[in-house]
Amino acid sequence: MELIWDAIKVRMSQGKQFVPDLRGANPVGFRGLPVIDTKPCASGCTQCVDECPTDAIKLEPFTIDLGKCVFCDECARTCPENKVSFGAGYRLASRTRAGLIVGEGKALSDIEACDWIRKIFGRSLKLRSVSAGGCNGCELEVNAMANVNFDMGRFGIDIVASPRHADGLILSGPISANMAEALALTYEGMPDPKFVIAVGACAISGGVFASSPALDRRFLDRFEPDLYVAGCPPHPLSIVNGLLDLLGHQSGTW
Amino acid sequence: MAIIVANHPNVLTTKINEVETLGYKSFRAKVEEQIASGNRLLSFFGSPIQGPEKQGVTTPKNVALNAVFLATGRGLIHFRGIAEAAEEYKPLTNKFSFMHCFEREIHDQYGLPMTGHPWLKPIRFEGKQLGKMNDYRFYKLEGKEVHEVAVGPVHAGVIEPGHFRFMCHGEKVYHLEIHLGYQHRGAEALLTKTEPRKISPLIESIAGDTAVAYTVAFCRGWEALCGISVSPEVECIRGIALELERVAMHLVGLGGLATDVAFLPGSSTYGRLRTSVINLSMRLCGSRFGRSWFRPGQLRFAFTEKHKADIRKTIDQVQKDIALINRLFRQSTTVRHRLCTTGTVPTELAKSIGIVGMTGRASGVACDTRGELKGGVYAAHPIEVVTEPDGDCWSRGLIRIREIDLSLDWILKIVNSLSEVSENERVEYSPLPNACVVSVEEGWRGEVVQYIETDSSGKIAHFKVQDPSIRNWFGLAQAVKDNAIYDFPICNKSFDLSYCGNDL
Repeated sequence: MELIWDAIKVRMSQGKQFVPDLRGANPVGFRGLPVIDTKPCASGCTQCVDECPTDAIKLEPFTIDLGKCVFCDECARTCPENKVSFGAGYRLASRTRAGLIVGEGKALSDIEACDWIRKIFGRSLKLRSVSAGGCNGCELEVNAMANVNFDMGRFGIDIVASPRHADGLILSGPISANMAEALALTYEGMPDPKFVIAVGACAISGGVFASSPALDRRFLDRFEPDLYVAGCPPHPLSIVNGLLDLLGHQSGTW
Repeated sequence: MAIIVANHPNVLTTKINEVETLGYKSFRAKVEEQIASGNRLLSFFGSPIQGPEKQGVTTPKNVALNAVFLATGRGLIHFRGIAEAAEEYKPLTNKFSFMHCFEREIHDQYGLPMTGHPWLKPIRFEGKQLGKMNDYRFYKLEGKEVHEVAVGPVHAGVIEPGHFRFMCHGEKVYHLEIHLGYQHRGAEALLTKTEPRKISPLIESIAGDTAVAYTVAFCRGWEALCGISVSPEVECIRGIALELERVAMHLVGLGGLATDVAFLPGSSTYGRLRTSVINLSMRLCGSRFGRSWFRPGQLRFAFTEKHKADIRKTIDQVQKDIALINRLFRQSTTVRHRLCTTGTVPTELAKSIGIVGMTGRASGVACDTRGELKGGVYAAHPIEVVTEPDGDCWSRGLIRIREIDLSLDWILKIVNSLSEVSENERVEYSPLPNACVVSVEEGWRGEVVQYIETDSSGKIAHFKVQDPSIRNWFGLAQAVKDNAIYDFPICNKSFDLSYCGNDL
């Protein structure tokens, strides 16, 4: 009997934990989408480029490749002109690799739903996660999408236990050579139609490991992702919002 | 062994030519002597001898074997041994089982013969072994009704890849061989050639769930080499970050255990409590994983009265709610039934195979560098080291529950003792040339050890990283023995080891 009271107490303490609107959430403090000012760089200054650990920044014109960016804030701190600052924006996904490059007047464009993916998976999308050298940062955030807070299950999006049951493959990690074959086999094991989602700087560009000879990224030459989600690791809101965009869900509530 | 910088207890800096260097025989004797005296082996690794002969093939003469011991009350001890010829090597594993992973790694990385080593399985299939994971022949049992089960590298959950090969009779596991290396990204080689200023983002990605402990270990080591000191207040913030990471990841572990035994209130409650804790980290530094919070000599985000109030409020709520779910978790028959006496690693076994950190403490081994070294903020504000005697999955759950409670109380104590701490400007680095440093930090899994060596111009010549997981994976293999194969997931979750921390 006492145990029942304890269970009720836990249930009451739980309350309502879900983020009601995944489109309109406010992750206080999150270091996300960079805001780029239009003021010109100091002449000849290359400090941000020199400090960037992943060569994500190009000058003339100033751009940041969010597919490489690890959101370490170093460029913002080093810039004498305060040209760049990181805001709390978590809409950090793109349908194309090139779309992740942002600059002056070149914001991250809104994602248009993918017709065939929406038609087939709009109401039910089952995902398989494969970590190929992921550091467990992206993996924990992918897991978090399914927890009681982010609860992507409300949109019919779930993580499934077997590639045989999956429609989409969430790729995290820079694709280590030792994992390249298992990754390809997993994708081949998924029934058609299917697609790839690249989550995090490592999956998208190799991230901090990009120059390592222990990687084998040829998988991406064969299977181009249909969605890229930037971050190191991406916030669960970034991944969920990218998925909702891809599936053509207007609203972040259910 | 001269110490050149006023040392933090968690680091040991030495000029390379002042590191006690012995011939292999005396080195081996000294290692045995240290073990016999009760000092705890923290690390054992190879490093290339710098100099003109460094280029080209590795020979015993240009590889130093480094031993790092922890002498309680006296701190870290580092000495090295160099063999004249390959024939001299005589694996220590035959005498001390816990040496197995270290000698295997040295064999993999330097090709040194370890003739007579009982199990020279590649640690992570690096270097020449890259891409050859499928060629490996697993240990086999034969007999009527004996069967083999292969699991992974891709698993049912969202976890990192690793392969598990079971030899079973019916559902009973007789032998488990763990096959790792899928996550190998060449991290040590990258660390050695990365500009020091850009190392922090890389070190945070070695094992992203332990980003804070890795960064703090690197900061301390690099600070010692550069003669930089940080204020006690910055050490306090590092302590807060470390304990928040511990609490968050212990909550992941408890949530995972609850999920794996189908105890759904635990699964959802521990999960959302973790969200509260990591969102607190995000409000303090912009990242749910504490990334970019610290750099050598630098606290990058100011700590204000607003943050203090936020921490108090968040922790107060977490403490109230966690007490309720812990009570239910501990009383629940279904949880106890599945976890008690499952996956047991008794104390003696844990000691002999060298299980460290939280997992070791759950097996009654009181190894915790926060208590053993009392470095940084743990000197003025010690934290209690707890152990559980039984070493089963239940103990590994309980130790998390107890450590969460202790860490939350401890954080509140630190917050109360602290006024506002301003962020620091970045500092310039001028590392000592021809020096080396060992740095140790107790992450949530156990001790993270790093070794950095500089050359004559102060550039990094060698960078070695050690996650506690490299020692503990063998513990999981032992824990599963004689258990039923269906209990493997809870055994694995209860250890919650890092694949990428092992694979580097």
